[in-house]
Formats: sequence, C-alpha cells, structure tokens
Amino acid sequence: MYIKLWLLAVLCGVANGTLATPIIQHWQSPSGAKVLFVENHDIPMLDVALSIQAGSSFDNSEKKGVAGLTHHLLDLGADGINEDEIARGMADIGAQLGGSFDQDRASITLRTLSSKAELEKSLEIMALVVQSPTFAEKIFSREKVRVIAALKEAETKPESIAEKEFHQALFGKHPYGSPESGDVESVEKISATDIQKFYRDHYLAKEAVVAIMGDITRAKAEEIAQQLTGKLPLSESPVALPMVTMHITSNEKRIAHPASQSHILIGVPGMARNDPDYFPLYVGNHILGGGGFTSRLMKEVREKRGLAYNVYSYFMPLKQPGAFQIGLQTKKEQADGALKVVRDTLAEFIAKGPSESELMASKQNIIGGFPLRIDSNKKILDYLSIIGFYELPLSYLDDFTRNIDKVTVAEIRDAFKRHVNPKEMLTVVVGAPLEEGK
Amino acid sequence: MKGYLINIVLLLGILQVNAQAEVFEHTLKNGLKVIVKEDHRAPVVIQQIWYKVGSMDERTGVTGIAHVLEHMMFKGTDKVPAGEFSKRIAAAGGRENAFTSYDYTAYFQQLHKSKLALAMELEADRMQNLKLTEKNFSKEIKVVMEERRLRTDDEPHSVLQEKMMSVIYQQHPYQHPIIGWMSDLESLTVGDARVWYNRWYVPNNATLVIGGDVKAAEVFAMAERYYGGIAKRALTVRHNFIEPKQTGIKHLVVKAPAELPHLVMSYHAPALSKTLQENKISIEDSGNQDWKVYALQILAGVLDGNESARLNKSLVRDQQIASAAGAGYDATSRGPSLFTLEATPSTGKTVNDVEVALRNEIKKLIKDGISHDELKRVKVQVVADEVYKRDSLFYQVMQIGQMESIGIGHRAIPVMLQKLQAVTAEQVQKIAEEILQDDSLTIAVLDPQPLTGKPKHQSIGAAHVH
Repeated sequence: MYIKLWLLAVLCGVANGTLATPIIQHWQSPSGAKVLFVENHDIPMLDVALSIQAGSSFDNSEKKGVAGLTHHLLDLGADGINEDEIARGMADIGAQLGGSFDQDRASITLRTLSSKAELEKSLEIMALVVQSPTFAEKIFSREKVRVIAALKEAETKPESIAEKEFHQALFGKHPYGSPESGDVESVEKISATDIQKFYRDHYLAKEAVVAIMGDITRAKAEEIAQQLTGKLPLSESPVALPMVTMHITSNEKRIAHPASQSHILIGVPGMARNDPDYFPLYVGNHILGGGGFTSRLMKEVREKRGLAYNVYSYFMPLKQPGAFQIGLQTKKEQADGALKVVRDTLAEFIAKGPSESELMASKQNIIGGFPLRIDSNKKILDYLSIIGFYELPLSYLDDFTRNIDKVTVAEIRDAFKRHVNPKEMLTVVVGAPLEEGK
Repeated sequence: MKGYLINIVLLLGILQVNAQAEVFEHTLKNGLKVIVKEDHRAPVVIQQIWYKVGSMDERTGVTGIAHVLEHMMFKGTDKVPAGEFSKRIAAAGGRENAFTSYDYTAYFQQLHKSKLALAMELEADRMQNLKLTEKNFSKEIKVVMEERRLRTDDEPHSVLQEKMMSVIYQQHPYQHPIIGWMSDLESLTVGDARVWYNRWYVPNNATLVIGGDVKAAEVFAMAERYYGGIAKRALTVRHNFIEPKQTGIKHLVVKAPAELPHLVMSYHAPALSKTLQENKISIEDSGNQDWKVYALQILAGVLDGNESARLNKSLVRDQQIASAAGAGYDATSRGPSLFTLEATPSTGKTVNDVEVALRNEIKKLIKDGISHDELKRVKVQVVADEVYKRDSLFYQVMQIGQMESIGIGHRAIPVMLQKLQAVTAEQVQKIAEEILQDDSLTIAVLDPQPLTGKPKHQSIGAAHVH
C-alpha cells in the first residue's frame, strides 16, 4: 500500500505539476456557431476544423448514403469556383483541405501556412466550399458512380462485410445500424436534389463547431469563425436521434468467404460520449483490449497462443451509445478456438473485473502518457472539435488525469456488468468454417 | 495572388537555418551513431533505434527473417523477461512499436521526457542480451503467419504488389516480400533468428535518433552510459546487387476475389543512394549529377500531387475512364527504385482503357513537357510540407533515421530540398522521356474473381452460443 500511494504521488506530479494544458478560448460567433480556439505561435501555420451535425445517422432510411455523399461533394464545386480551381487554388499556396465523416459528424479541415496571403486565400476557398457548395448535376452523377463502385468493392472484403453485418445486427433500425456510406441499392436512388436538401437541412450555423489552432490572434480567430459560418443555412435544427435499444438477444451470424482468415466481431451497444460511466469503461477497456501489447486480450490471444496478429476491443462513444466491439482475424481452421479464448477472457473480466495491479498499470500508462495526447497542433485541434461537438466541459483536458486516477476496480466491475453481458452478445464471423464448432 | 512566392522563398531560408541548428550528432567509440533533434514544444521524447538491415539482406529460403526477428525483439532477455519490455514502457506512460522494411528495421518508444533513461536501458539491453527460445519462436512465427494472411494473402492489391515485385526484379532481393514467403515462414527456425540477431544487431550497424524536449549534450552522455559498453563487431560484407538491365516489357495477371480490376505500370528508376554511390560522391558535392531523382519527384507531384493534378483531372474527372488513378516515386531506398503509375477502371471501362489513357498522359508529358504553373505548384507544396512537418516530432525523427539507414545521412535533408527547388520544367520533360520507356516497364493487372459461394447468411440461434 505504501508503494502504491507513493507511485500515485509521482504520477500526479507528472500529470499536474509539469504539464501545461493548452488554454482554450471559447465563444459563440454571431452566426450562432460555437468556437474553440487555442493560440499558438510555435509554427507559422494554422489548423481549422468545422464540425457539423450531419453524419450518417441523419440519413433517411430510404436513402442511406445522402449524408456521406453531401460531405464528399462539398469541395467539388462552389459559387464561382469549380472543382479544379478549388484543388489548384489550395495547392498553389501549399494548403491542405481535408475532412472526416462518421455516424454523428461531418467535418471539413484546413491546414495552411499562417502568412497573410496564404491564410486569406485558403480561408476564402474554404468559406466557399462549406457555405456555397453547388452540387452540380454533372459532378454529382460522376461521383455517384464512383461511390457505387467503391461500395461494390467493399462488399467483397471480409472486414467490410463483417462491419456492415455487425452494425446492422447490433442497432437494427436505429440509424447507427446503417453503413456510413449507404449501400449500393440506396445510393442508386439518390438524386442531386436530395443532396441539396440535406445540405440545407443539416449544415446549420447554430449547430456548427469551429475549432481553430495555431498562429493567429484572437481577433483573427473571431473573424475566421464568422467567415466560415456566417452564411451557413439557418433552417430549424434537425430532429433528435431516436434512442438506441440497449438490450440485444444473443445472436451469431456466420458468413462464408474465400479468405484464408475469419474476421470475427463480438459486441453490444456500448456507451454514449456523455455516459457517467465513461471513465470506468474507458480504463476498464484499456485493461481488457484497448491498451496495446499489455492488454488481456492481446496476452491471451496473441502472446500466449499465437492465434492472431491483431486483437482489440473498444467503445465507440457517440451522441447515442455506439458499439462496444471486440475484433480479431485468425486462420479459418482455428476460428472457433480463438472465439472461445476471447469469450472466456471477456467472461472472466466481466465476472471478476481487473486486479488492483492491472488497474494501477493502466492508470500509469494513461496518466503518464497524457503529454503524448496533446503534443501537436493536430492532436489539440482534434480535442477542441470533440469537446465542442460533444459538449464536454472546457476543462476536459485539465481534468482528464484526475478523472482517470479516480477510477476504482469496483467501479469498473460495476460499469462493465451494467453495459456488457457476456451471455447476451452479438457475434459476426465472416469467412467462417460453416459447421458450428466448439 | 502575387505575394505568395516571396513568402515561400523566405520561409525556405528560415527552415534551413532551423533544420541545421536543432540537429546534433555524435558517434560513440563502438560505432553507434547518436543523433538528437531538439524540439521543446512539448515535454515528450522519442527514442528510435534504426538497424541498417532489412529484408533486402536476406537470402532465398530464409525470407521474412528480418521481420520475424523484429517480433522476437519483444520476447525478453535475462534481465527483462518476455513481455516485460512492453510492460515497463507502458507503466512509464509510453507507447512503442517497431517496423521492418526492405532496407532497415527500427524500434521506437514515445514517452514523457523524464523517462528517456528507462527507454535507453531497455533498448540497449535487447541490443546485446536477447534470449531467443524455441518456445517463444514457435508461438511468434504463428503470429507472423497471421499477419501475412491479414496483410497480404487476403488483400488482392497486396497480392498484386507482391507478385509484381517478383516479376520486376530478376536478381535484386526486392523480388521477395518483406514479410517473407509463407513456405519460408513455415520452415524458419529459432536458429535462423539467432544467426540474424548475432550478425546484424551490433552498435556499429545502428543509428540512435532521439527527438524531443531534451538537451543534446545530456542525451549523448546518457547514450554513452547505456550503449557505450556494447562491443562493436565486424559486419558481414553485404553483397552489392546489380539488377540486370530489363530488355523488354513484362506483363503479369493476378486473379483474386474482388470487384474492381486494377492496373499498375512500373518503370525502373534511379534512387538517390545508388546514384551517389556509383559516382562516389556526397550529396553536397554531387552538383547536378543527381538531378534525375529530384526531377522524378517533381514529375510524381505533377501527375498526382493534388486532386486536380494530371491523372485525377484527366482520367477520373474529365474522361471518366478511371474511378481512381495515381503515381508514385520514392527516391530514398538503399536499392533501386521504381516510378509507378496505376489506375482502377471506372464501371464499364477495362484495364486496356486505363492503360491507353495512362500512356496518353505519358506521351503528352514527353511531347509537351509541363507548365511552369505545374512546376511551381509542386515546389510550393514541398516547402509548405516542410513547415507542417514540424508539427510531427515522430515524422522528423523518422526521416532522420531513414536517411541515415539508407546511407545518405540526415544532412542531406535540407540539401535535397534545395535541389528540388532548382529543378526546371525541361529537366522534368527530359526525365519523363528517359525513364518512361517500354523496355523497362512491367504491367500488372488484377483480374477480379467472384467470391465463390457468394455471401450466404446463416444465423445461429442463442442456444449455440458458447
């Protein structure tokens, strides 16, 4: 016990003594958009991320894929500037336009040099892309064909087939059950008008979150946030998501595939980003299958038995509970054996929870490694977006290590018991030996 | 938009001063070269150790051993039992991993700056005291086989790439996959791993690169303390492979379960280290003798540097012959290099259509060259990337390690940048004409096959589960 207390004291020293978390400035733009800004002049560059509540969960069930296609088409033509002028305009000044897309969120990112000419030009283009996209029929038709081709290709890949089946079976009719880019059948039905309507209904100024990180002043950041959101649509906020049905009945799906390995996914609906159990589940999962080489699943499946190269578990924290997912790939012939090892490991973990020493080791890793989470502009920008989009406290980073440190073995055991019942889980095996083995 | 070139030129000047000022090097008596990249933005440190040995140093029958040894390096020493390395790094708040390429094998840890001594102690220990046991080897080789199945055997594009390399190279070991052929993995023994470890894991075959919130002088002293006592050993002489000149076009077709066909065209191309070796010069003294590699880098950027670069604009956007198209060239390898073009036909088009379209782009390049706008655009991107690079300590440390391991040295990094900026449009046209010739071309085609027994769903009720 003496040793434990001493170690914790050292850890706190690391967490609170020597590490300054970035100072986050926060305001609402006249447009209604929420802005988070960290001023930093170490590198003459600027990162901006605009996050919109326009992920795949806002798709209409008849036309899955509209949200993804809308996001994809943004930088392929805007008022007075065509797709080539957008790409060349950015390239000419060394700026990079990017983005990401998931169930909740559509985001558009910019990385640019902060020197005046480059900054002005890149923001001018980004402002057009996010606020005046044209979704021209010609471009739309071309990209729709490409998206369908990519979806058909994905349908041949064991990992994509497994993910699609898994989410469908896990979330049923809830929008989280739909594939992020839709499927071939639903995308076929989409028209350019659907895209325009989706944009008008969902790319809303008052729902937008602007994260800004880098080499500008507060005054300039205020100007940029307004420049990027002042002309976004003003429609009503979209209807809230339906609730995820948390309970599932035990179910196992096996799908034939010629691959040499079986792709195995096991899971349940997990936790939302604002779940009060967030930290116990996060730390518990770190011990179970999130902590890399030292996690239990890694030890049991890979280190002890050589059954897989890759085995993991994670919670996908979304607005509503996203998936809790365990995954691995293993030679077909040993799939059932590997599945048993995973299930035994999980059952044991749920029944008994982690040991004190495992919890200690995990805390040491997460708390000691905290500086690595905020050691670049890019990483800080991502935190700003998450904090803004999921309405986490502005002190999230300051409180992070303390929240990790507070977690106890009992809390983990209790939280896991309430969220993951090993007897009521979904299993998807793609590339399975079809006879049910044991 | 007149102002930007001036800014970029000024930036380039600043960059070079910075790049020189922040990197320090010192070689220990045992031959271990230590390089420190100071970066005080965050209280973190990265240790990377680079062994100048990769799959290109393997021989037929033992392919994959370089990568297998990388896995075995986590399996313990007398002082630090199996699994303990990762445990101690994790307990120190660290992240760690390793990677193997054709040219080198590298190991890294990222930690709070106060933990560098621990990382050094552990890394130095496994450089000299690795315990290779039959039991650990037989388990780990299975993990590597699973890795091969995951990354190659069940990935049609990787299979295409693997088979293509074995057709492109007749003699050079780049013809063998880094991860090794499956039949070799099945016959490798712990003895092979021991031979490999004893032969190559010596301080005089390694470069230690440390980056982060540290002081170079302190790092050198610490490196001396932990690594200084490891004895140097004579290195096996490496065979200098001279790939026989290709004397005619080569074709291959690979069938695999997939939906979309794919076409890859690879031409033999010069690499920087070979060019310098052949002329027995350093990069600083090479004048313009190495111009070809920079011209090829620009060429790759003109074809595929942004969304409206030639291939995407012409094949994907305007002609709509391809659903994706790209080009690539890597100047920084120990062995020979390739210039590659590739494309996926769009629905209703064939690999022949995309081949014709790619060839038309080549003809246009050779006939009309590139515009000054295109040239300028690629150069500006290169300079901007140098600024963005400063946001990733890991990448900066990685680039230093890589340049050292391929035998050019990290001081070449700013020199290469300058030489890139000096490339002319005429040089790009000239190199296109010289390199993009059928006699040194290999064309590989992925011929997609239906999944036998199309996805059949079989739901098994709750009673069967576990």
